[in-house]
Amino acid sequence: MIDLQGVWRTYPMGEGVVHALRDVSLSIAAGEHVALIGPSGSGKSTLLHILGCLDRPTQGRYCFEGREVGSLPDGERSLLRRNRIGFVFQFFHLLPRLTAQGNVELPMLFGGIARDERRERATRALASVGLLPRADHRPDQLSGGERQRAAIARAVVMNPAVLLADEPTGNLDRASAQEVMGVLEAMNRQGLTLVVVTHDPVLAGHAQRVVHLTDGALSGPPEVLASTVEA
Amino acid sequence: MALLDLLGFAIGALRGHRLRTALSVAGVAIGIASVLTLTALGEGARRYIVDEFAALGSNLVIILPGKVETTGGVPFGGVTHDLTLEDHSALARLGRLRRTAPIVVATETLRFQDLGRSVPVLGTTAEYLEIRRLNLASGSFLPPGDPDRAGTEIVLGTRAAQELFRGENPLGQMVRVGPARFHVVGVLAPRGPSVLGFDLDEAAFVPVKTAMRLFNRTSLFRIVAEVRIFADMDQAKSEALALLKERHRAEDVTVYTQDAMVSSFSAILGALTLTLAGIASVSLVVAGVGIMNVMLVSVTERRAEIGLLKALGAADPQILLAFLAEATILAALGGLLGLAVGASGVRLLGLIYPDFPAAIPPWAVGASLTLSFLVGVGFGVWPARRATRLDPVAALARR
Ligand SMILES: Nc1ncnc2c1ncn2[C@@H]1O[C@H](COP(=O)(O)OP(=O)(O)O)[C@@H](O)[C@H]1O
Ligand SMILES: [Mg+2]
Repeated sequence: MIDLQGVWRTYPMGEGVVHALRDVSLSIAAGEHVALIGPSGSGKSTLLHILGCLDRPTQGRYCFEGREVGSLPDGERSLLRRNRIGFVFQFFHLLPRLTAQGNVELPMLFGGIARDERRERATRALASVGLLPRADHRPDQLSGGERQRAAIARAVVMNPAVLLADEPTGNLDRASAQEVMGVLEAMNRQGLTLVVVTHDPVLAGHAQRVVHLTDGALSGPPEVLASTVEA
Repeated sequence: MALLDLLGFAIGALRGHRLRTALSVAGVAIGIASVLTLTALGEGARRYIVDEFAALGSNLVIILPGKVETTGGVPFGGVTHDLTLEDHSALARLGRLRRTAPIVVATETLRFQDLGRSVPVLGTTAEYLEIRRLNLASGSFLPPGDPDRAGTEIVLGTRAAQELFRGENPLGQMVRVGPARFHVVGVLAPRGPSVLGFDLDEAAFVPVKTAMRLFNRTSLFRIVAEVRIFADMDQAKSEALALLKERHRAEDVTVYTQDAMVSSFSAILGALTLTLAGIASVSLVVAGVGIMNVMLVSVTERRAEIGLLKALGAADPQILLAFLAEATILAALGGLLGLAVGASGVRLLGLIYPDFPAAIPPWAVGASLTLSFLVGVGFGVWPARRATRLDPVAALARR
């Protein structure tokens, strides 16, 4: 479903350039649960942003569901983000003025879905992350774990093909982190493709596959590298 | 994205920043209120001047005996005919003149009991009241009808009545002018000194025929007339001239109109209106920059929100519209508030200065609301475009 071929991402920096990603080739099949680990600054977020069509490769090919999307126009990429890709961030990024329900409805608002259907689908999404009793609370009335679960409900409410989570538990205590990972894994078991950036080896251990990044390059166990090279 | 959802989202965002919203709404409101107040003042000034002209009689044609030569001297051997009541009757039949009034005038001593006072006494007809736009304080003016009827009615100017009667009711009383006796039928409302001519508050009015006998005159001082349609002023003037030329077999009268004065005043009024419009538009531009400022702050402060909306799949045009909607709502609210403030300000002004006819013209209401809308959209575009150009990755990066 996801296929990166020789992807580079470079940033101009003073006279020279910074290589955030170097020649990354990676395939992820539908329904997989992939953990992306590596030290800070190794390019994990950059890779996730490219996967999520928030950023474009400087060089290389990115095929999503069989389509070259790295060079699609902005309008089509935002449609992809709206309908096929869910995002979860370390800092939740809930809008403070909206309730949990309102936040979950947000993607549907821009997706042009009618009000009644928005309500109904948001309610279902909140129920699936166990947050229905908190639907009318604003983010500042929710705990960190609850906020992240609201963010997950928002990420899946449009029924995306893949959920990309950038250190979703990085800001949570262990108990909340486990709750959140439990929710994510449950969704993965129902067929949602899951790519989770983490630097917690315990959490990474839950994944079917672990991809290591060092200095912008894939550096994982040899068998992973081999499989990606073959792909 | 439905329009209602868009508005709902924008309103939600504005409610999330109440102070900022209130301040920028206040900015636009002040702009609109000042536009309205200034146009109301300008309109008031215009009306005031127009009313003054109407009081003078802007449709007025004045016919004087004697030819005023702009070049050369008095016509050689020319006979100067007098203006007569017959001339007046002939003029009164001209279709383009709505009303005509003959005038003779002399300063005479008005006596009531043992009080006497020297005032200008005008001999004229009932039409004079309408032509000069005079108002009555009590009673009636000279009776309408045949100018040749020599009645004994007298109408007093407000001050003449006060000074002669000292608080007594003049109506029905007998006053003497020389040997003649008149009975008072009316008193005029105060008029104030006229810019042209003498003070009507001091004058007394009697039927023209009576006055001619009393003053021992056979000719008129002048004839005043009112044209039916202002635009016909020139034709009316030349018709009157032609008629009198034929009757007198000479061009020996002068016809004055006030249109020259009216047109110079309208030029002044035009400049005044332009000046006010200029001042007003400055305040609207200030309000617009205020909105732009608020929206720019909003875009800067809400980088994370914009990044998030992009990550959630909001398309650039949708983000543009959302921010434009916010700016427009700010401007529209400001416009409405400004309308309310401006209207009550003008009303207050009317209470303080009841004589000044300040009023917000209806076009100014529509124009200022449209303007505030345009200001919102116009000054909202740039910040909104900045919002759409934000790189979502950078916008989402925590600070
Ligand atoms: N906008 C940017 N400009 C310049 N360098 C950047 C930018 N974003 C990321 N980088 C660099 O790219 C590298 C990878 O960053 P990132 O993907 O955020 O790492 P990680 O998420 O693994 O901590 C870092 O060295 C970082 O400094
Ligand atoms: Mg990162």
